[in-house]
Amino acid sequence: MKRRHYIRPLDIERGRIDMTHGSGGKAMAQLVEEMFVAAFDNQWLRQMNDQAAFAVRQGRMVMATDAHVVSPVFFPGGNIGSLSVHGTINDVAMSGAIPLYLSASFIIEEGFPLADLQRIIKSMAEAAREAGVPIVAGDTKVVEQGKADGIFITTTGIGRVPDGMLISGDRARPGDRIIVSGTIGDHGIAILSKRENLTFETAILSDTAALHGLVAAMTDRVPDIHCLRDPTRGGLATTLNELASQSGVGMRIRESAIPVRAEVAAACELLGIDPLYVANEGKLVAICADADADALLRAMSEHPLGQNAAIIGEVFEDEHSFVQMETAFGGMRMVDWLAGEILPRIC
Amino acid sequence: MTGAMQYVDEYRDGELARHLSGKIAKEVHAERQYRFMEFCGGHTHAIFRYGIADLLPPGVKLIHGPGCPVCVLPIGRIDSAIALAKNPRVILATYADMMRVPGSHFANLIRARAEGADVRMIYSAADALNIARENPAREVVFFAIGFETTTPPTALAVRQAKCDGLANFSVFCNHVLTPPALRGILDEPDAMLDGVIGPSHVSAVIGTGAYEFVAKDYGKPVVIAGFEPLDVMQAVLMLVRQVNSAHAVIENEYVRAVGAEGNMKAQALMDEVFELRESFEWRGLGWLPWSARKLKPDYAEFDAEARFGMSHHAVPEPKACECGDILRGVRSPKDCKVFGTACTPEHPIGACMVSSEGACAAYFSYGRYRAA
Amino acid sequence: MIDIGGVQKEISLELLDDVAVGDYVVVHVGYALSRLNEEEAQNTLALFAELDGSQE
Repeated sequence: MKRRHYIRPLDIERGRIDMTHGSGGKAMAQLVEEMFVAAFDNQWLRQMNDQAAFAVRQGRMVMATDAHVVSPVFFPGGNIGSLSVHGTINDVAMSGAIPLYLSASFIIEEGFPLADLQRIIKSMAEAAREAGVPIVAGDTKVVEQGKADGIFITTTGIGRVPDGMLISGDRARPGDRIIVSGTIGDHGIAILSKRENLTFETAILSDTAALHGLVAAMTDRVPDIHCLRDPTRGGLATTLNELASQSGVGMRIRESAIPVRAEVAAACELLGIDPLYVANEGKLVAICADADADALLRAMSEHPLGQNAAIIGEVFEDEHSFVQMETAFGGMRMVDWLAGEILPRIC
Repeated sequence: MTGAMQYVDEYRDGELARHLSGKIAKEVHAERQYRFMEFCGGHTHAIFRYGIADLLPPGVKLIHGPGCPVCVLPIGRIDSAIALAKNPRVILATYADMMRVPGSHFANLIRARAEGADVRMIYSAADALNIARENPAREVVFFAIGFETTTPPTALAVRQAKCDGLANFSVFCNHVLTPPALRGILDEPDAMLDGVIGPSHVSAVIGTGAYEFVAKDYGKPVVIAGFEPLDVMQAVLMLVRQVNSAHAVIENEYVRAVGAEGNMKAQALMDEVFELRESFEWRGLGWLPWSARKLKPDYAEFDAEARFGMSHHAVPEPKACECGDILRGVRSPKDCKVFGTACTPEHPIGACMVSSEGACAAYFSYGRYRAA
Repeated sequence: MIDIGGVQKEISLELLDDVAVGDYVVVHVGYALSRLNEEEAQNTLALFAELDGSQE
């Protein structure tokens, strides 16, 4: 690849994104080459085409896309960059597919510090490398000050589903067991606590993580998992309601079985929020046949990202698709769809 | 779920819950019903969130009262707040609960914001003062609502504003009082209440003495309860005992935080800044005398209603809405024809569905599986 | 600064007098409304656990 000649190197330390970086000219080419391509560094990006070409094996492909507008952009445990890589990998992985490639498009506000952009890009590169999923195509746009609140990132991912695998939200059946892979509420609280100036004795970090390794370990042990979903915006409650609705079944869960960190519970108490509705970025919900539940739970607990996995409830017949919960206190309550709670820009 | 919150977790203990449940079951007289109203929205929320009704014998009915300040604010006053927000000079600072409350024509503050109104969500009255300081060229109006728990903080903010000479700050005052509302309920013959579970935080401010009139004038017992679920159950037990022995006194279950006199400092603050309105309209309860507050003449300069020449328009309730009866405890959410169909938390028609502490919203979100 | 379960937040003490570090308080919309009497708190918990339903 011929290297273009740039008169001055980018001033990462003190420089800022300005309108020339989005114009398609040399400034933009330099930005792309010296920051994005250099960090993501793979054969596709090095070719400097507008698209990436690759061969696909026969079989079913999966595609998913996610936009990330999280504020603040840097939060305990991660940033918008790592979040955008993990989020889309996870959406692909929830079908049981092996994630193959990612693309990333950036909308950056004029004035955004290059140092911050560098941090974000480095995070993305690291996350992509760790996950083994290269970022093979991308786009950058710059908008005037005030039009984009820093930076928005959209990632799209594709993957290939192993033959015979059929994981889908409509496959939950009465008698199935519901398993969650670990503690809930960590990501949303990490974000909110930064916004609300809460401090912690033991810091709450976002749980943002790529889950395809965990999913592979799970499908290895139990090939016929019925449903998989990661409870992001809207939390565990929303995901369970979605699955119940799609499958036309009801669910009963036990509050005492749901893993929640003590500090997350306390923060929720202070902020007046129910942890069931708080976003997670490194957890998943699995629904499987009763007979497979113990094996699946074991497979999850043995994986580093599933250490606190727990069986939290069962699926039963219910034409209303209600999700009900036995409270730790002893009474029953519904766990309804989120009723328009205003928790902006969590992911 | 695990937790390490002292003086919180212990009051949610499941085993003690079963124990109390057993005690209540043993002491209720089988041949009669016990109708107790929990006045406070926080209690309504706790009752549904913890499923307390499941732990009470069938003869004990919990009636949900109007202690939800969001729910009892009339449509006309919400319209006024929305109009204020739409004024380009104004920044309206409001508690988050008010954002989705529908005014006339299903307008609300969220929609107003989308249309360009500057509406800011705040957690405390002090935040409103900060916004005023940071925006000297704009008029900052604090949309003040709530019973006697949020009133002292507003008083503090107004006093601070006067101290600092903060000329661009004002308050749209909708603070209401608990005892007159209780009277309004008890004057209602259909309610047929046997006792009242008194609010927790309000009582910490006004003291248990404020409820003596319930026993004296109406012959009904009141038990002030903390808002943890065990507190509520213990209060139910205490009410059952009073009813069984034909007693009617004011008892305090929340002794750890509430005294007979309440928080005198907070009361003095309220009296310094506010005076009572002769009459105020309550959604569902109609016009109640001496039931709400407005700024005293000394602080009149901070009164948004004066500053912006606001007039109050009474707006009739939507026809299908049964909120009035529900707020008075005469009917239950399931009795309302539009409950769960045309009226849901996402698209609320009436007051009771609007706030998470409203009876209909709590029942919809936590308990409607019982009706199905 | 208050602490609940390891989480800390700044709130106002302007509505109370004589609050000392180590006291427990009841908080509402960012303000401490009343101090918690720990002895009474223990009494209440003991009351819940009482075995006999005595009438008094």
